[in-house]
Amino acid sequence: MTTVARFEVEFTRFLNAEGEATQELPAFARDPATLIPLYRAMQLTRAFDTKAIALQRTGKIGTFASALGQEAIGIGIAGAMRKEDVLVPSYRDHAAQFMRGVTMTESLLYWGGDERGSNFAVPREDFPICVPIGTQVCHAAGVAYAFKLRKEARVAACFLGDGATSKGDFYEALNFAAVWRAPLVVVINNNQWAISVPREQQTATPTLAQKAIAAGIEGVQVDGNDVIAVHDAARKAMDKARAGGGPSLIEAISYRLGDHTTADDATRYRDPDVVQQQWANEPIRRLRNYLARIGAWDQEKEESLLKECTDRINAAVEAYLAIPPPTTTAMFDHLYATLPAALLEQREAAQWFASHEGGSSHG
Amino acid sequence: MAELNLVEAINRAQAWEMAHDPSVVVLGEDVGVNGGVFRATVGLQEQFGPERVIDTPLAETAIVGTAIGMAAMGLKPVAEIQFSGFIYPAMDHIWNHSGRLRNRTRGRLSCPLVVRSPCGAGIHAPEHHSESPEALFAHLPGVRVVIPSSPSRAYGLLLAAIRDPDPVIFLEPTRLYRLFKQEVADDGEALPLDVCFTLRAGTDVTLVSWGAMLTETQAAADALAQEGIMAEVIDVATLKPLDMPTILESVARTGRCVIVHEATRAGGFGAEIAANLAEHGLYSLLAPVQRVTAWDVVVPLSRLEHQYMPSVERIVAAVRKTLEGA
Repeated sequence: MTTVARFEVEFTRFLNAEGEATQELPAFARDPATLIPLYRAMQLTRAFDTKAIALQRTGKIGTFASALGQEAIGIGIAGAMRKEDVLVPSYRDHAAQFMRGVTMTESLLYWGGDERGSNFAVPREDFPICVPIGTQVCHAAGVAYAFKLRKEARVAACFLGDGATSKGDFYEALNFAAVWRAPLVVVINNNQWAISVPREQQTATPTLAQKAIAAGIEGVQVDGNDVIAVHDAARKAMDKARAGGGPSLIEAISYRLGDHTTADDATRYRDPDVVQQQWANEPIRRLRNYLARIGAWDQEKEESLLKECTDRINAAVEAYLAIPPPTTTAMFDHLYATLPAALLEQREAAQWFASHEGGSSHG
Repeated sequence: MAELNLVEAINRAQAWEMAHDPSVVVLGEDVGVNGGVFRATVGLQEQFGPERVIDTPLAETAIVGTAIGMAAMGLKPVAEIQFSGFIYPAMDHIWNHSGRLRNRTRGRLSCPLVVRSPCGAGIHAPEHHSESPEALFAHLPGVRVVIPSSPSRAYGLLLAAIRDPDPVIFLEPTRLYRLFKQEVADDGEALPLDVCFTLRAGTDVTLVSWGAMLTETQAAADALAQEGIMAEVIDVATLKPLDMPTILESVARTGRCVIVHEATRAGGFGAEIAANLAEHGLYSLLAPVQRVTAWDVVVPLSRLEHQYMPSVERIVAAVRKTLEGA
């Protein structure tokens, strides 16, 4: 017998749960000026989540998917992207979206049931969030192919959850991207839960990163609660993709501290005590402890940041609530580049009935 | 002008557009070196290179899924699904993404994608190679569904489909690929989408059909003409969005309508046309609308496929039914 191939999956962590460096930090992380913006962005995301859930509970937005406990993943990855790169997110990725320049008002508008929330003013080529599980990985591979074909030094970054690694779309997209050597970075937010199905019931592989190896892609595992580890892996993967080295996969291990969405009640299927224990690993406290330890953060800065987050979020909520609902005909406006004649009658009828709401029931 | 069969016309349309628009790419299984299993893409890779004519791995979901990503970035992908019986893994992307991206982003991103796929029975093909799934796609908002019925319309409609800024499902009847040749000016002239083509003027009955079934429909019109029954023949060509005014105008003159399609009957696209006639043309009708379709059965293997597909005789019989008591 001859061994024809052998593989390894590496796990990286720089900060432990207490925020102590467990090994020498990468160069970027030695400058607090690089880490503080990441910290601020994580806090903003967490404060936004709290507010968004409150807005859902009071009927101001619809179903919302919180990123509680997973902030380091979106922030660490998107923080390594360049403006010209393209983000292809799933539905729990507002942390990354905010880093890209999507506004909190736009996010609220989307979750509030308005397509205009996906018409981002800043990252004009970023994809809207993807709801059908794992399908976005195929889109991201196609985006990356377009960059390669046009010889543009741009990267497509795509997010998915641990459950999505069971989908054929995920495997097919990795396979295509690998064959094409396309500039793609695939990020698995392994938060241990796909609604009610735990990670160990999702897949029998010891890591999710190794699924990349089957496609001929480098797959690494990082502590997804350590923003330094996430950011370091992201920088390496993006540099490699930009230099023509092809796709990479990063499995970021975290924990979904909240419900799947506001429509979910996780106490039905998991022990609250276990969730409570997982709070010890969460990413924000970890980085704050580190920054405090090196003298780059203190209580005063913390209080000032939290107030700033509250003010910014309140302003975003106010702006969202002030946006009038779309006109009835908006649902026809962007169906095609030019509305086909066959739809004009329906458009007129929709408009007529909307303007006669509460009037005669006879058309 | 060259004499081309339908598959050659498909080939020339892609070559023309690739030569004139660098954003056009072709992708699919065996489309490159092999030129496609029906040779619809033959010579394209030699002319435009493997980066624009991509032999993909064997996975329909990712062929359409990646094409959507390319399209959103401004490329104009023409994705070939080798047989329409294999298109269903890509349905998620066609349904959930291609026809929705423009709407979801308020026009910020769009999906100028063409999905080409052979369709239909009648060539003694293996299992899963003979379906007519057009009604599934015609149900989807945001996409177009086009089926050509001749080499010249295939050429002009495919050019229009590639140039269209929205997704187009372009179904090519395999039975017509090499059935007949036609003079086709390979001049880059597109035909209009979203309109029906009246192939033959008549006064007594309107025959509405598309794709390969126009062969039987035209033959039925010939047979009826022998008896002095003058049938008008309409090629729907673009099923979605449907050009109902052309059909209504014809039926207003003839008072009778027979819809012919190769797909199964229940929920078939003929039902949509018949419903529109009932809503908007009932008072022009002198007889109930008739549908001539495949039976509501699984497409049989080749020994029975001609009993499954509508025949000239069945079309003539349906026309006679509309003329009963006239």
